[in-house]
Amino acid sequence: MTHLARSRFPHRHLLGIAQLEAEDIELVLDLADSYVEVQRRPEKKLEILRGFTQINLFFESSTRTRTSFELAGKRLGADVVNMAVQHSAIRKGETLIDTAMTLNAMRPDVLVIRHADSGAVALLARHVRCSVINAGDGSHEHPTQALLDALTIRRRKGRIAGLTVAICGDIAHSRVARSNMLLLGRLGARVRAVGPRTLVPREIASYGVEIHHDMRRGLEGADIVMMLRLQTERMQGSFVPSVREYFRFYGLTRDKLRHAAPDALIMHPGPMNRGVEIDGEVADDIHRSAILDQVEMGVAVRMACLDLLTRDRRPAADGDGFRPEGG
Amino acid sequence: MRPFAILNARLLDPESRLDARGGLLVVEGRIADLGPQLDGRDLPADCEVLDADGRCLAPGLVDLRVRLGEPGYEHKERIDTAVAAAAAGGFTSIAALPDTRPPVDDPAMVESVARRARLLKSVKVYTWAALTRGLEGRELAELGLLAEAGAIGATDADRQVADARIMYRALAYASVFDLLVQTHPEDASLARGGVMNAGVVATRLGLAGVPRWAEIIALERDLRLVEATGARLHVAHITTAEAVAAIRDAKARGLPVTCDVTPHHLLLGEEEVEGWRTYARIVPPLRTARDRAALIEGLADGTIDAVASDHTPQDQDSKRLPFAQAEPGTVGLETALAAVLELVHAGSLPWQRAIEVLSTGPARILRLPAGRLTKGAPADLVLFDPDERWTVTETGLHSLSKNTVFEGRTFRGRVLATWVDGRPVYPRFRTGLATSP
Repeated sequence: MTHLARSRFPHRHLLGIAQLEAEDIELVLDLADSYVEVQRRPEKKLEILRGFTQINLFFESSTRTRTSFELAGKRLGADVVNMAVQHSAIRKGETLIDTAMTLNAMRPDVLVIRHADSGAVALLARHVRCSVINAGDGSHEHPTQALLDALTIRRRKGRIAGLTVAICGDIAHSRVARSNMLLLGRLGARVRAVGPRTLVPREIASYGVEIHHDMRRGLEGADIVMMLRLQTERMQGSFVPSVREYFRFYGLTRDKLRHAAPDALIMHPGPMNRGVEIDGEVADDIHRSAILDQVEMGVAVRMACLDLLTRDRRPAADGDGFRPEGG
Repeated sequence: MRPFAILNARLLDPESRLDARGGLLVVEGRIADLGPQLDGRDLPADCEVLDADGRCLAPGLVDLRVRLGEPGYEHKERIDTAVAAAAAGGFTSIAALPDTRPPVDDPAMVESVARRARLLKSVKVYTWAALTRGLEGRELAELGLLAEAGAIGATDADRQVADARIMYRALAYASVFDLLVQTHPEDASLARGGVMNAGVVATRLGLAGVPRWAEIIALERDLRLVEATGARLHVAHITTAEAVAAIRDAKARGLPVTCDVTPHHLLLGEEEVEGWRTYARIVPPLRTARDRAALIEGLADGTIDAVASDHTPQDQDSKRLPFAQAEPGTVGLETALAAVLELVHAGSLPWQRAIEVLSTGPARILRLPAGRLTKGAPADLVLFDPDERWTVTETGLHSLSKNTVFEGRTFRGRVLATWVDGRPVYPRFRTGLATSP
């Protein structure tokens, strides 16, 4: 690395990629790289968050993101508690802010929050004293997803700057797309947004991305093809006429993929709708698909985020926390 | 009531183009005399005298659109707190919207609101009636009976009558009674789900937008229906440059159309929503700098007839929520004059026009005997310091709810005293300016 790398993460919360500078992002990715190695050892458990409490507060159901955060916390030695909204008092009329204050009184060290409304995680963060990690808020941001995508790309391609990345599908409603457009742009990738006009409105260009409504042209020479999940309720006539029409024009097939670079990498944040946005055969191609890598990188990136956000509250003897192998 | 005189004031009356140093004499609740010649000599024997020390004296302000909270939302506002806020803002007449719980779609309710307001002996409260039953846009409300009961006009408040045929009939029917109809120009199907201006800021914040053409399309439709029926139509809170152009064109065609703009749409834009600030969740949404420039121009050239506060109280629980779940609206009675004066200080609006859009203009739209400094007129007056600087704080507001989008802003120009029919309503005690000779 040519610049002087940061060793401190100058943020109390991780609410979005928008708040991060390139140096912050690289710090997370470098640390996450070393956590990938830890995860591949038989003994995966570290002690650096021993005594710390992490609460996963999910107002929207999610299995994989919640599990990923849970594993990340546990592998660092934290006590992890999962709270799903179905079991909480929110259903009984307690307001979001009441919930935040109640949880705050339990003195957690990190809150990982997912909520269906844009800005809801930032609102909660203003009412608690611990660190907050945004695990997805409405259509706004999903920063750890973008970080794990970046780590996946960096490990497979050796770099991010200069790559051409085509993000395809429902950009308008996607927090994954927003976080990725911000992150990849900041690290110097050329980003394209590909999809029908109803799912890729003009305003998306404000992210400094190229807009393509013709998927073949959008994929032309792309090094990375990032597919997004299309919500069921949006493919039955409201935003696109039908599943089969969507698949015909915007589903990733072997034929369309021929327009991308020969070694193009295929990514998907999951869960996939096979036969809607992606052909099953393409998704399963182990030479092209990085989809399972993404899942693995997810845990490492979340470990890195938990580590960095709690550093200033750990004993000095702990130093910079986990040191990479041989470091 | 003893007669009283306000001397040494800067008298501002848009109707007579008066802008001069002088005095004003109030006898039996009416303006008995006014002008530069009134200098303290020849006053009635028992007359009280106030020295205004050069501050501005204007006709009391008139607000076209206020939410009183009653009935149904007494935890957000009550008639007494709304009236106190109005008086503190220099308003002497306010018109209450019918979107209460239940809505004002019955003649008995018009009378009940008016009676409760009268008992307070303060600011004059007028009532808009519902245009359609239950504000549901399906069946006409009893417009004739509502007018007889004293409603100053009919509107479904912030709901557009989505069905064009119902709107056509409502306008045609209202025209029989010469009843003013007010419309909310926002196409319901295009606005559905949107919580702020559609555009780059909404995209970045991940919020659903209300496109500008939701307003333009709804407005163009209603203007055609006015053409078809000849009914008097008032267009509430326009927000876009295109709407200003459409109204300008309609007036040039001779249509009986008036419109207004709010102080917040004149001064603020979509960027206020940054950080998901729910006080900036407004219907219709705050727009862009280009729109603000067009609105100010339209206000100055007479295309826009009035400024209305759109006073919408919301309690803390309605605003301390994720942005999309928060209730829309801002209180506005106590900041409207200061906001318009900001345009005067910036050189965008002449003094006379500022008073006109807040007083004479809305009075003319509602056909009220208000908005004038003239002999024989009711002594509805506001005295304000055009230069005093003050900062908007929640604690400084009289309104029961404190949701002001102008929170923290420092304005130049402040209301000192308000009189209704010669009675001081703000401050409630005899004004601190009073000096007896």
